Amino acid sequence: MGTLVSDRAIEAEISVMRQGEGKLLVVFSGFWRLAGSLPSTDEFRKQIETIQVQRVSFDTDELKDWDSSLLTFLIRVNRLCAEKGIEIDLEGLPHGARQLLKLATAVPEREGVRKTAKREMFLSLIGAKALVFWRSTVDMVNFLGEATVAFGRLQTGRASFRRSDLVLLLQECGAQALPIVSLISVLVGLILAFVGAIQLKMFGAQIFVADVVGIGMVRIMGAIMTGIIMAGRTGASFAAQIGTMQVNEEIDALQTLGISPMEFLAVPRMLALVVMMPLLCLYADLMGILGGMVVGIGMLDLSPTEYLHRTREAVTLTYLWIGLFHSAVFGLLVAMAGCLRGMQCGRSASAVGEATTSAVVTSIVAIIVATAVITFACQLLGI
Amino acid sequence: MTGEPLVVAKDLDMGYGDFVLMRDINFTVYRGDIFIIMGGSGCGKSTLLKILFGLKKPLRGKVLYGDTSFWDIDLSERQRMMERFGILYQYGALWSSMTLAENIALPLQHYTKLTPGEIREIAALKLSLVGLAGFEDYYPSEISGGMKKRAALARAMAMDPDILFFDEPSAGLDPISARLLDDLILELRDSLGTTILVVTHELASIFAIGTNSVFLDVERKTTTAGGDPNKLLADSKVPSVRRFLTRGKEGM
Repeated sequence: MGTLVSDRAIEAEISVMRQGEGKLLVVFSGFWRLAGSLPSTDEFRKQIETIQVQRVSFDTDELKDWDSSLLTFLIRVNRLCAEKGIEIDLEGLPHGARQLLKLATAVPEREGVRKTAKREMFLSLIGAKALVFWRSTVDMVNFLGEATVAFGRLQTGRASFRRSDLVLLLQECGAQALPIVSLISVLVGLILAFVGAIQLKMFGAQIFVADVVGIGMVRIMGAIMTGIIMAGRTGASFAAQIGTMQVNEEIDALQTLGISPMEFLAVPRMLALVVMMPLLCLYADLMGILGGMVVGIGMLDLSPTEYLHRTREAVTLTYLWIGLFHSAVFGLLVAMAGCLRGMQCGRSASAVGEATTSAVVTSIVAIIVATAVITFACQLLGI
Repeated sequence: MTGEPLVVAKDLDMGYGDFVLMRDINFTVYRGDIFIIMGGSGCGKSTLLKILFGLKKPLRGKVLYGDTSFWDIDLSERQRMMERFGILYQYGALWSSMTLAENIALPLQHYTKLTPGEIREIAALKLSLVGLAGFEDYYPSEISGGMKKRAALARAMAMDPDILFFDEPSAGLDPISARLLDDLILELRDSLGTTILVVTHELASIFAIGTNSVFLDVERKTTTAGGDPNKLLADSKVPSVRRFLTRGKEGM
């Protein structure tokens, strides 16, 4: 049946004829192809509703070609007849169609298999959400606990992961992130300087642009910007990678070998980010100051020496340490969010997508909350 | 049983870059055949299938569908021919973010003018044909491996294709499910007249359903036998073919 490329006129027709006492004949003609349209069963329904019918038979002598469209139609007819208790005579159908109809009804629908749309009560929806939230909190605490244990084993040198993995990760989270970190930090430095310059010019205190940029970048902005870049770049990649391993049962394979995925996958990633983030942050600080200097020299007619001197006076070592501390914390948070969401990933392609999104969102929220906490603590300690 | 020639492979070379996997592949598939592509692991069976249904270009040679040389026509024309193919991938390749009914509906929405209600009816019909009545609203991750395979078959059949390509249909199935799938393949051929090309190395399936075949020989890097697999088992003198068809009992 059918040619490879069918582009001829397509018409499917039926007519319903009365045939003696309580008998109905359905005549099919033309080309019954999915590429056309399905004739409706309305006429047939009208007939069996208006007259008393005991038996329906079919005539397909004029049927040129058929496919699933015919079967779909027949199944509708079948359903209508079953409702009315009308007998069906399949004799007149093509052999193949009879076979397929038999096949379609060979495995009846299992009881209770079909999904029914449940209408949830508002309160039970809230309850379900609360339970999900509680479970995810427990998961997170569990993960923290396991991570701590794994780091404990690392201290005693018993954690099992491959050193070569760690080196590769260090490269991925370090050197390979330099271009994007440079671009973003220079721009942030520029922006800080621009905004500061406009205000400071009013007092004739242009030179303090160096203070604004220097302190702003070193104390907080450098760390936050690298943190957010790494959340989007590396945290997401951790979640996608571990999530895909979950889908491919690679995590199961590790577990059955007695290797803790926590030690093998999460520990090197956390180590890598905690080590590389402060270095990236330091680099971002420098780049930001450079960006500020461009504005200082270009727009405010400051000399480079002047600018650098002012920066050195403004930025103390304490600020630098605070910035680096921030970035180490962010590194840990981003790596943990990435690994946690990756490990929690379901077993499908869409689950990997959700894990990645969730990893980035979690990281960014964690970064902002951690910044608030650290800043508050510094305030209390008077740093 | 054999009708007109439907697919002809002419002097096909296949490989990747400079690496040639197989040379001078020649065979003819007739309308209504269940054509088996067989051979040991890594001999390029799946690659050959990809060349036949349009995912990979051969290094040399022609694939003829009727009078049309499949790889010499425009992409858009080739795409139109591919609409008439149904493909069952080795691991099902069901779209995981869609329910089974949506998986089957996608090609229908794309290529026909049927209403959503009609499409849903057709999806239900296809699922009932593969014994999955009532599973319309399940996601692929909620059903077992064997059911996924059958659902993937239902999707391959969605458009009532003229040619069905099966990549390892019975891999990962228990013997009974594999047997049921074989029966289903025969049923489809008999009732819809679909021509079916199957890549497999399951001997039981090969003998049960194959009406024609080609054997890809890893050592000689070309095709060394073809025809009805049962006749091949009875008559073939080629050692590698005997070895393959007797699970290594003969021809060593």
